[in-house]
Amino acid sequence: MSNPSTERILNGEHSYLTIDGRIGGVVLDQRKHPLPWYVTFAIGFGLLQVMMLAFTWLLYKGVGIWGINIPVGWGFAIINFVWWIGIGHAGTLISAILLLMRQLWRNSINRFAEAMTLFAVMCAGLFPLLHTGRPWVAYWLFPYPSVLGVWPQFRSPLVWDVFAVSTYMTVSALFWYIGLIPDFATMRDKARNRLAQIVFGILSMGWRGSAGHWFRYETAYLILAGLSTPLVLSVHSIVSFDFAVSIIPGWHTTIFPPYFVAGAIYAGFAMVLILAIPIRAWYGLKDFITMRHLDWMAKFMLGTGLVVFYGYLMEAFYAWYSGNKYEQYMMMNRWVGPYAPLYWALIVCNGITPQFLWSPKVRRNLAMLFTISVVVSIGMWLERFMIVVESLHRDFLPSSWGMYAGTIWDWATFIGTIGFFTFNMFLFIRFVPMINMFEMKDLLHKITGRVPAQAITQRAHEAAELAEERA
Amino acid sequence: MSSKNDTNITQRDVLQRLKDRLAGRKGPEYWRSLEELAGSPEFQRFVEDEFPNRSSLLEAMKMDRRSFLTLMGSSIALAGLAGCRFLPAEKIVPYVQAPEDLIPGVPVYYATAAVILGYGVGILVESHEGRPTKIEGNPGHPASLGSTDALVQATLLDLYDPERSQNVSKKGQAATWDAFFAEARKTLASLPAGGEGLRILTGTVTSPTLAAQISEVLRKYPAARWHQYEPAADHNARAGAVAAFGKPVQAIYHLDKAARVLTLDADFLGQPPSNIRYARDFAERRRVRRGATEMNRLYAVESTPGITGAMADHRWALRPGEIEAIARAIAAGIGVRMGADAHQATYPWVDAVARDLAAHHGASVVIPGAGQPPAVHALAYAMNQALGAVGSTVRFVEPVEATPVDHLASLKELVADMRAHRVRALLILGGNPVYTAPADLEFADALASVPFSVHLGRYDDETAATCLWHLAESHYLEAWSDVRAFDGTASIVQPLIQPLYSSRSAHEVLAGLLGDPIPGLEIVKNHWRAGFAGPDARFEDAWRKWLNDGVIPGTAAKPVTVPDAKVPAPTPVVADGYDVIFRPDPNLVDGTFANNAWLMELPRPLTKLTWDNAALMSPAMAVRLGLATREKAYVANNQVVELSYKGRKLKAPLFILPGHADNCVTLHLGWGRTRGGSVCAGKGVNAYSLQTSDAPDYGSGLQIAPTQDRYELVSTHYHSAIDMEGRHPVLWRTFDEYQRSGYAPVAGDEESTPSESMFRTPPEYANYDGYAWGMSIDLNVCIGCNACVVACQAENNIPVVGKDQVSRGREMYWIRIDRYYQGTTEADLENPVTFFEPVPCMQCELAPCEPVCPVGATTHSHEGLNQMVYNRCVGTRYCSNNCPYKVRRFNFYKFSAGQPNNAPGNYDNPTYKLMANPNVTVRGRGVMEKCTYCVQRINEARIKAKEQNRTIRDGEIQTACQQVCPTKAITFGNIHDAGAEVSRQKQEPAKFVLLGDLNTRPRTTYLAKFRNPNPEIGTEKSLE
Repeated sequence: MSNPSTERILNGEHSYLTIDGRIGGVVLDQRKHPLPWYVTFAIGFGLLQVMMLAFTWLLYKGVGIWGINIPVGWGFAIINFVWWIGIGHAGTLISAILLLMRQLWRNSINRFAEAMTLFAVMCAGLFPLLHTGRPWVAYWLFPYPSVLGVWPQFRSPLVWDVFAVSTYMTVSALFWYIGLIPDFATMRDKARNRLAQIVFGILSMGWRGSAGHWFRYETAYLILAGLSTPLVLSVHSIVSFDFAVSIIPGWHTTIFPPYFVAGAIYAGFAMVLILAIPIRAWYGLKDFITMRHLDWMAKFMLGTGLVVFYGYLMEAFYAWYSGNKYEQYMMMNRWVGPYAPLYWALIVCNGITPQFLWSPKVRRNLAMLFTISVVVSIGMWLERFMIVVESLHRDFLPSSWGMYAGTIWDWATFIGTIGFFTFNMFLFIRFVPMINMFEMKDLLHKITGRVPAQAITQRAHEAAELAEERA
Repeated sequence: MSSKNDTNITQRDVLQRLKDRLAGRKGPEYWRSLEELAGSPEFQRFVEDEFPNRSSLLEAMKMDRRSFLTLMGSSIALAGLAGCRFLPAEKIVPYVQAPEDLIPGVPVYYATAAVILGYGVGILVESHEGRPTKIEGNPGHPASLGSTDALVQATLLDLYDPERSQNVSKKGQAATWDAFFAEARKTLASLPAGGEGLRILTGTVTSPTLAAQISEVLRKYPAARWHQYEPAADHNARAGAVAAFGKPVQAIYHLDKAARVLTLDADFLGQPPSNIRYARDFAERRRVRRGATEMNRLYAVESTPGITGAMADHRWALRPGEIEAIARAIAAGIGVRMGADAHQATYPWVDAVARDLAAHHGASVVIPGAGQPPAVHALAYAMNQALGAVGSTVRFVEPVEATPVDHLASLKELVADMRAHRVRALLILGGNPVYTAPADLEFADALASVPFSVHLGRYDDETAATCLWHLAESHYLEAWSDVRAFDGTASIVQPLIQPLYSSRSAHEVLAGLLGDPIPGLEIVKNHWRAGFAGPDARFEDAWRKWLNDGVIPGTAAKPVTVPDAKVPAPTPVVADGYDVIFRPDPNLVDGTFANNAWLMELPRPLTKLTWDNAALMSPAMAVRLGLATREKAYVANNQVVELSYKGRKLKAPLFILPGHADNCVTLHLGWGRTRGGSVCAGKGVNAYSLQTSDAPDYGSGLQIAPTQDRYELVSTHYHSAIDMEGRHPVLWRTFDEYQRSGYAPVAGDEESTPSESMFRTPPEYANYDGYAWGMSIDLNVCIGCNACVVACQAENNIPVVGKDQVSRGREMYWIRIDRYYQGTTEADLENPVTFFEPVPCMQCELAPCEPVCPVGATTHSHEGLNQMVYNRCVGTRYCSNNCPYKVRRFNFYKFSAGQPNNAPGNYDNPTYKLMANPNVTVRGRGVMEKCTYCVQRINEARIKAKEQNRTIRDGEIQTACQQVCPTKAITFGNIHDAGAEVSRQKQEPAKFVLLGDLNTRPRTTYLAKFRNPNPEIGTEKSLE
């Protein structure tokens, strides 16, 4: 394995044609999909059926099939909601903030990360809808013109949530789709198959690549990037308000918005790595998603992980410093209460594990990186478990304390959405160019200038170093 | 309706135009044929157009393509929505001939009496269009004084239990009443002269009519015998009276006159049928208001923790066999002449207790427990005489029972006769002796030898299965009868509804057997007419007055004068291994109420166990036996132990109960049924299977062996210490402290004082015009009896959820009784001070639940109620999460229909539907619910007040929990009315606010608990 510091953001010898061929070929040549695709897709599809079964049973019987109770009124559904929403954040960060910051290295992973965002938000969106007692009237959370004159209650953070998540979903979908238009046009032009030509033709919305098109495209893309950027911060801040607005010890804290946002990006980069590491190997995309990309993402993970860990420390500090007996008990309960093993597992997963990423050797070791990413994902789930369940199960009056455990249907729903996510992700890989082709060509152009792209040599290297400095 | 009218108008217009047209013609030319007329365009349109006014709508809209598409789209969408629901067609049948004085929707109340273990409790029953829906106490009845208890409340569910016996059966095959009477009369006729071999077995009989009927049977069949066996009756009191006075007299206690009370294992606050009255009287001497100089003091010696011990100022947990020695020691201290064996016990507190009792001569009382041997009762009678209590705090009266006998001896005699084949025909009127008879009698086996056995009972239970005939017995709410209260006061039991099934009362069965099958009303009325003192013409008036008042004046038991009580010789103490104690279950009693889902699910006052009984033992004993570790002695460990006693074995789950006497195990009776309904069958373990007739209350020689089995017990409380984690959900002071502080506010504690807020209170929460509803709960008199919980359940159509759901923390009670123990030391664990705290919704003025609801389903009324709008609720449960008191309840399933596992006692069953309170919505799946301060009662009073053009008076509204409360611990009213009782209580220095530092400003506040310990005894709690 080469040293990331000398690694480039575009490897190998590439021309515009080879870029199109390598990336677009995955979609256009449907015959040569690797075996792992079929295996993973089958697993995803199977788990999707589990999710459908779980939701059908849920709608038939009611939320009583889950482990929730009084006092723990929120359980897996809200944990999973926050977890999935968090995962989505890395995609938006990569596509919007890094774009605005002109980080060239984002080009090869943004498409992929945005798709991940989209599917993660889809998974997340299912939970607030279905966790309600009467999901068939959940539309009452939207401010629609009702003849009864009733209106949502805008003081409730759950209504803010509805707006935050639906805005996020809309903007993410638009951003993703607009970024795809030039590539759809390329696919249309390259396709031999009539059906593919028609479908990509429709999807490309008449893109001809004229200067006017490019001008409008760049403008629209920048505007959307500008819109998405605050969303990276606002969506998870608002999700955190669901907790912070309440009076429950462990929820009622001002640290939540930044702590949630950092956690979201942390979890999101972990998920990008979990997906990118195998897929770049299966589809021979190592030239585009290079070790340098992985290295940078690992550094992002380390940075946000440190913020999250700081959050954990501050929660403990505030509990002590507040002098509030409920807060103090909440912290003690996390440390030594019935769920203490989960708390310490969380500290190991999210506080200790990412420290390995200080070492370049670890960041370069794909197996290690993959494992750490999985551990971080588990840790972030545990963090949400800690916040949601451990705060509720012992609040103010000892007489109403209780315990919570997920039932088989909780797990089926959670694992089912992982299946739903995988299913969507692998459909995306197969039918949509998973790396932004025109941006890669643009990158090639920026690196090589007008020199025919037969050899990427010294100048590419320089551009890479330039990009690194900016990063 | 309106659309139909529109159509009619249009049609009439068209017809008018046709008429006009015809009117212009003359003679036979009017019209030649219908065809000609039909030729007119108007008529054609009239005939063809099904909806004549349809086109006008389209024209008026001047519809363009877009509007058309919009309309079409929305129509299709709406059609889809409309197709989503299939509401079943229901027929509503109006009164063709309305009963006089009945206004639909306005309930009518009737006075009657609930029959609990043979004794009466006067009640008023609310009837909606002929359906009894709620039971309230009868303020004029001495056993009720307007209150009831959990049992009386729950008898309503018994009435509607669909699993009740519904007919007559012979050997399990359906039969008819006529067939039964024919066969029974033939059998009676075939008996040898004098009815040799005819036996009647009843429980406690206080009903004058039934007693007269039985006497008549005995007159007609002189050789017949009447046996009585009531498992949960106070047998030892009777035996004690016989031992002390030579005759069975009954002691009635007057706790309203008692400044000092000593109980010797007596649960006078919990044991029916006198518990309601005793609790009220006890509370009268216990209420502490500003300036109070007196408060009663309760000393309790007990084995099994009960609510009486929990109320005590000093409580000692002793093995049941050790209590007699204590009693003797105290008696000696009081001055009872004891003979040779005087002062046996050496406990340091004995002398102090005796001194304190003696110092309150004439105002102190000693109450012996039902589970204590006759000697203790005799001792207690002697002590009361020595204390000058007779005539003031205790009265001796003639027994209320029609024929007081030794029940156990009576049962033994019957069993012996059955075994000897001397019993030809056995008539069991009520009760379930096959189940409740002590195991060594092997009653079922003996019963099998009786050729003609008849069981009259409300359930197809163990006895019904063993008898030849089973007859369905009517519930007291559907049959005429009469009954006497614990003090002898008689009431007519008047039914509120025709029998739901083909059932009869014991009166009707006996009348049928005597060959005079007249209706129950006639039987009861004839009996009372015969005994009526005045002229016959006045009887009808008197009868009506008795029915109206619910009591028959002048029927209280006559006082008797008793000689000095003889103190019997000490009962030898057998301390062999461990003791087993048999106690009636606090909810199911002897098993009578076992098929009542309300009582099954109702958490027991101290264990908070639901749906199960268990082997209760002390933490120390569990640790010694290796069944628990000291650190985890509080935690349910699901172990099953095998109890061996006198050659019988029983496996029972273990429950560690702080405060239980050491070296003994309590088993509650009434569980482990094999028949008698799906609610009770298979729940818990049958303690009768260990009980023997030589020691039905307790006995030594129990052996305990751990097993590998595990069984999950479900208790609604996990943690329970009052001062844990520095929290103080209950504030308390000693009475002495409170007096010496000059009645300083008790709520100096941070939890009860609102902290400074950074935010200004919104004006709509700062000013309330008109009424402002509030509640005050006096923890000092709350005895934790659970009456409010069941009353709330009955009033507000609260479903039962079943054991599995309770174990998941999904019980639905709108008011719960929190139980806290004080202290965490080892001594505390063995004998903790117990606190009860009823927690309904606090109706916070700044309610955390309200702002978090995304759809505004929980709102604040201008009178300060947190209202829950069920049909707006989408079920996010955020309100419950944010409620610091956790008083909100969620319908995780459609609990009201018995989901998920057909939990009983719910409102989708046709019989139970009759029971539902029509003024309270039955909640569906997925919505939150909570205490409303009985808003339906508030609105009822509001309507009445508006009709009379006045404001609602103080005390006019009683919430269900308030009305039922035996000690009147709950007060409700308008806190804007400075003179209202609730406002006065909120001005008390004892007032405190639960979690007051959260600034929720609850409308429900508490009055602190006071304890009145004897300064001579000091603070030591344990015996060491």
